[in-house]
Amino acid sequence: MSSIDTNNASVDEIIHEQKDGFKISDYVGPAVTFGLFIAIWYIISGIVLPEHKRFLLPTPHEVIDEGFLVWRTGERRGLQPILVSLWDSAKIALIGLTITIVLGMTLAVIMSTRRWLERATWPFLVAVQSAPILALTPLIRALIDGTQTQRLLVVVLISIFPIVSNTLFGLLSAEKSQHELFTLQGASRWVRLSKLQFPAALPNIFVGFRISAGLAVIGAVVGDFYFREGGVVGIGAIIQLYRNRLWGPELIASILLASALGLVVFLFFGWLSRVAIGKWHTTNRGQ
Amino acid sequence: MFDMQTGTNMIEQHASTLLDFDNVSMTFPDGTKALEDISFSVNAGEFVTVVGPSGCGKSTLLRIASNLEANTGGVCSVDRNSIGYVFQDPTLMAWRTVQRNVELIAELHKIPKSERQSRAAEAIELVGLKGFEDKYPRQLSGGMRMRASLARSLVMKPKVFLFDEPFGALDEITRERLNDEVLHLFQSEGFAGLFITHSISEAVYMSTKVLVMSARPGRIIASFDVPFGLNRTHDLRYEPQFAELCGEISHALRGAHQ
Repeated sequence: MSSIDTNNASVDEIIHEQKDGFKISDYVGPAVTFGLFIAIWYIISGIVLPEHKRFLLPTPHEVIDEGFLVWRTGERRGLQPILVSLWDSAKIALIGLTITIVLGMTLAVIMSTRRWLERATWPFLVAVQSAPILALTPLIRALIDGTQTQRLLVVVLISIFPIVSNTLFGLLSAEKSQHELFTLQGASRWVRLSKLQFPAALPNIFVGFRISAGLAVIGAVVGDFYFREGGVVGIGAIIQLYRNRLWGPELIASILLASALGLVVFLFFGWLSRVAIGKWHTTNRGQ
Repeated sequence: MFDMQTGTNMIEQHASTLLDFDNVSMTFPDGTKALEDISFSVNAGEFVTVVGPSGCGKSTLLRIASNLEANTGGVCSVDRNSIGYVFQDPTLMAWRTVQRNVELIAELHKIPKSERQSRAAEAIELVGLKGFEDKYPRQLSGGMRMRASLARSLVMKPKVFLFDEPFGALDEITRERLNDEVLHLFQSEGFAGLFITHSISEAVYMSTKVLVMSARPGRIIASFDVPFGLNRTHDLRYEPQFAELCGEISHALRGAHQ
């Protein structure tokens, strides 16, 4: 038996990758929960609600008939005005989210460099996270000109926390020995950040993106409630209009579309995360 | 070949001394004395292994040699630009393939891309990972990760290789196979080695000299020259002289615990 055999790595066991093929159970689950959702909806709007209050929650087919299948009637009713408003809010949410990502990640990088900076910044971030931003609307209106800027500010304030906390957590997650490897090579702070800390943080950063994206949509919708010039603009504003006029099917349709926007943004970042880090990052369910 | 030495007669300098500890001591800021009067050197062509009870400061020796920590007394001289350091864990970057992981240290030293790629390919072949260049660490077994880690250090062709209990987490078969490979690389690449381990048989199998450290504060209490030539095979582990030397070291180590 030869003792020195440099080509024996293949003898070592390779961890085999599990291929995710089509599984019927992956589709049955969502179908069942969707069915339950529709059933509960019918039960609430047809049985639970007393008759004189049923206008608050029209049945699913009423929502489809009057909310989605009517293109446009009168000044503000129908799918077309809802979509126009939705697009307007979507733009605010996406621009706001972009600002949030740049700002939040910059902040996290700065906080990661010095412990005292981290300690000095945290309390304010937590305060922003938990403060009822919308109660500050008069102040925001007084301090900042321009409806669009005001709407963007609300989006940023509502969505920035998860980006900062997840990025920071990720930047500080590289192992001590990995840092020492860089120290031994005399790596500069920038090299350490770009070649070690930032890539190590990517899984967390993408989690932050997903959470913040959902919050950005919420921020855009509720921002519409308070900041608009003249006519109806964002989806939040049109939701408010329908609510005031008790146009049930349109109200529910516009709420569903606002949620769908959040879902689309969430799915987009999930997809982006898989494309960017799926090759090397694994999640474990313990099964 | 039992040779009990005191610290003092080992500080003589050789022309070929690559790593020299001269009366090195280390006291941590909290007052813990980790190392005391450590004197020994590692010459070209030597593979020195340090065994000792856990917590005796063995790893601190390497951290001082590589300047990760500064000793509080004495002098440690080594060419710090020519050190390879193999950590307890493979410290691979999960987001890099084997190829890119092996290139990392060369990349940090700003070696041009084409050169570091060819050097990495060479090192990957040396450690027997050819064909796995495009795999990510999570797709490799523990032994293969350690090979990649070795290759990463080999790329810089260091004169001194520091090993901090690198194979402690591996199963015995993999560990013995990697022992052979390191021994083989030691001969073919011509570096000097300073190896830390818990395992006496690993120490004897790998080294030209074994140092035994005492419990904290760590001092070198015994030194054994290993008489076997460098062409060692697996069967050596079952030779009577091998067992005898292991027994002597074990005896010294037992003393170290008191």
